[in-house]
Amino acid sequence: MRRIVRALSPHAVLVTVGAVMAVPLLYAVLSGFKSTDQLSRNPVGLPAPWVTENYTGVLGSAGFWRLVGNSTLVAVGSTVVVVAVSALAAFAFARFAFRGRELLFTLFTMGLMFPFAVAVLPLFLLLRSMGLLDNPLGVILPQAAFGLPVTIVILRGFFREIPGELEEAATLDGCGPFGFFWRILLPMARPALGTVSVLAVVGSWNNFFLPLLVFNDPSWWTLPVGVQQFQGQYAADTARVCAYLVLAMVPALAFYSLAERQLVGGITAGATKG
Amino acid sequence: MTPSTAGPRPAARPRLWLTAFSFQLPALLLFGLLVLLPILYALYTSAFRWGGFGAPTDYTGADNFLRLFQDPVFLGDLWRCLVLVVLSLAFQLPFALAMAVLLNQRLRGRAVYRMLFFAPYVLSEVVTGVLFTMIFAPGEGLADHVLDAVGLTGLGGGWFSDRSTVLGTLFLVMTWKYFGFHMMLYLAALQSVPRELTEAAIVDGAGPWQRFRGITLPLLGPTLRISVFLSVIGAIQLFDLVWVTTAGGPVHSSETMAVTMFQYGFKRYQVGYASAISVVMFAISLVFAVAYQRFVLRRDLAGATTTMRGGGR
Repeated sequence: MRRIVRALSPHAVLVTVGAVMAVPLLYAVLSGFKSTDQLSRNPVGLPAPWVTENYTGVLGSAGFWRLVGNSTLVAVGSTVVVVAVSALAAFAFARFAFRGRELLFTLFTMGLMFPFAVAVLPLFLLLRSMGLLDNPLGVILPQAAFGLPVTIVILRGFFREIPGELEEAATLDGCGPFGFFWRILLPMARPALGTVSVLAVVGSWNNFFLPLLVFNDPSWWTLPVGVQQFQGQYAADTARVCAYLVLAMVPALAFYSLAERQLVGGITAGATKG
Repeated sequence: MTPSTAGPRPAARPRLWLTAFSFQLPALLLFGLLVLLPILYALYTSAFRWGGFGAPTDYTGADNFLRLFQDPVFLGDLWRCLVLVVLSLAFQLPFALAMAVLLNQRLRGRAVYRMLFFAPYVLSEVVTGVLFTMIFAPGEGLADHVLDAVGLTGLGGGWFSDRSTVLGTLFLVMTWKYFGFHMMLYLAALQSVPRELTEAAIVDGAGPWQRFRGITLPLLGPTLRISVFLSVIGAIQLFDLVWVTTAGGPVHSSETMAVTMFQYGFKRYQVGYASAISVVMFAISLVFAVAYQRFVLRRDLAGATTTMRGGGR
């Protein structure tokens, strides 16, 4: 008897916690299949009848796809910038013993601790004076800049593990530092580059503060900004907001299921490689 | 790139420095211009009464800071930050650890649970916030219906709209969203615990609790310390989730430093004052980070910074 209880209890705990985690998501999905009227009469049960207009309405609107497009543009742009710039810097940190290296590296690692919220107001003023408001670069460049610390720390860790003999062999074959970096190091570090890219995409995709401030013009809004505005606009139409919300979750969750390993690898590497 | 004909190390020193530096240059530019410069600029503008347009001229010295530390809303922000930190350390992280220990066993469906617990971390704060404003809508939301169904009518109701429950509700949402992140960190650390160690302990007759106290917990030390650090920094800069769910209300009772800063900087155009809030947030995170590094993370980082090739100087 004791044995049964023992064997069962972890499952009981996990099932309970799993239900608590899943219910909010299921609730949103199902509510999206109700009309708002139906939702207020029947908030918990299955939809009866199943209404698809909420979902098709959002999917058929040009506005939604523009948000997805903008989010993609910003995410891809900032990821390319942060990974390229960090790879160069991490290469120098990992393979060169130059004066001031510790100081510079400390400077970047300090960036790990600076809350983004601290810099956002002056950053906004700066972007305004540079004429970068309502310009995707106004989100891409700061997003990349704030992603530098974690990307550099992770890549440096990986670059350091590539054996020195390889570098010597490349030098003997006439490779300069950049040639070694470009032709040997980067191809070898492809898994690491994938990991930091996934981290950067997720970070940028979810960023709300910066696009909220930089993009006044609705045609530039990203998905999080759009979700917030949509909720404000259709506050009374709960079922429709649910459908919108679910569709806004899909890209992130799909990306997660594709890149789970890379994402988790990046987080654990970022947290443990000091 | 010219082929290197000079001898390897001694003659190439200055050129080595130049090469290394040129690799660093883009990162330094980006980081300096968009991370460091804004922080310095906030320090500068915090000394002015300034609406944010034109050049700041009305120099007021430390007035903004003096005002800040008499501002009940800001003092409340500090208090709420502390409350959220204490709640996280007391409940969220131990819960994450418990789940990690459970999922570290061989269990059917382990991968599914891991995916499910971590999934909310991938959702944006905005999506999470909007979802839970609907779930915690007084009277009509899912939460109240569930309480009704189990006969606890009247226990809910307030959630985000009641001053006495709003912070607790916010903490529930934060736990839903972030515990999986910490759980993943712990799981990664647990999986690197050598199996011989636990097996040896079993042979020596150690029970599960003894094994946890004697082996697992000490080996998880570095990860736990990092996770505490991230949790505190996260509480200091909390913005998105609050802004979307309550915008700091009702009557400032869920306001955070970042929300107050946003209110003054972007809604009331008291940019000088808002800069002072930024500076204080920065100072708090800096002092915390440096102290934490110095006194808590020290032993974890000791190995990491001294094993570099060559040495810097």
